Amino acid sequence: MSEVPLTHILFLSTCLFFIGIYGLFTRRNMITMLMSIELMLNSVNINFVAFNKYLYPEKLDGIFFTIFVITIAAAEAAVAIAIIINLYRSHHSIDVEDATEMKY
Amino acid sequence: MSPATIIFYIISAFILVTGLLAVTTRKIFRASIWLLFSLIGIAALYFWMQLEFLAAVQIIVYVGGIVVLIIFSIFLTIKSGEEMPKPILIRSIFSALAVLFGTGFVVRIISLYTFKPISTTAFNLSVNQIGTQMLDTKDFGYLLPFELISILLLAAMIGCIVIALKSNDKEATTFQNSIQ
Repeated sequence: MSEVPLTHILFLSTCLFFIGIYGLFTRRNMITMLMSIELMLNSVNINFVAFNKYLYPEKLDGIFFTIFVITIAAAEAAVAIAIIINLYRSHHSIDVEDATEMKY
Repeated sequence: MSPATIIFYIISAFILVTGLLAVTTRKIFRASIWLLFSLIGIAALYFWMQLEFLAAVQIIVYVGGIVVLIIFSIFLTIKSGEEMPKPILIRSIFSALAVLFGTGFVVRIISLYTFKPISTTAFNLSVNQIGTQMLDTKDFGYLLPFELISILLLAAMIGCIVIALKSNDKEATTFQNSIQ
């Protein structure tokens, strides 16, 4: 357990965060972009938990922040999917390039 | 290398590979299934860190809630069997470059910094402790954020219902006419 240094867990969360960024940059479909955002939020959760466990083992603040981030991610996903379904009804597409009414 | 160390590297490789497949595969249904595996891997990482409560929350909320919601919205909006169009080559090249640069930058900063633990007491987490501190109104209690989050969840729920509500047919057709 103590043989894995904290930095290796941070490397893992960094890689996961940038995988999410790559998905957000390359995808043009709203649902897959939402999935990339979920990956990024999860990498932040790993950071919170790892810092709490390795640096401040007598406190619980990182755990609470992780629980709050999970809750907000659930609310955000629900609102985003409601918006996507509404957009699909009016535009018959969920590609971000097709929703350009408010662009200019 | 002890078994715990080996298990950590296996779990992290699993998370990264499935996450990478989730953002690169071109069938959207497969992307959601790879995302599901990646989230299960993160729950396994919490189990490995001996945070059983958090792992259970992760599985219930993400795997049982969000991924199911995403799969439902895929079925409601697009043909799930079709392949998505390929991303523009120049865009994927430049985003890969930016991502590689960012990863290298952050990894270098992390590896140069030495983290020193403040105290050396053993970390043991009980659900009892979490519950007591979360509903505490004294110092280091989390009652106010807890109530704020509950109001936010209520607002999000009502907002979702209002947004996704089927509007009047007449209104919808006039809106579509105004678009075309």
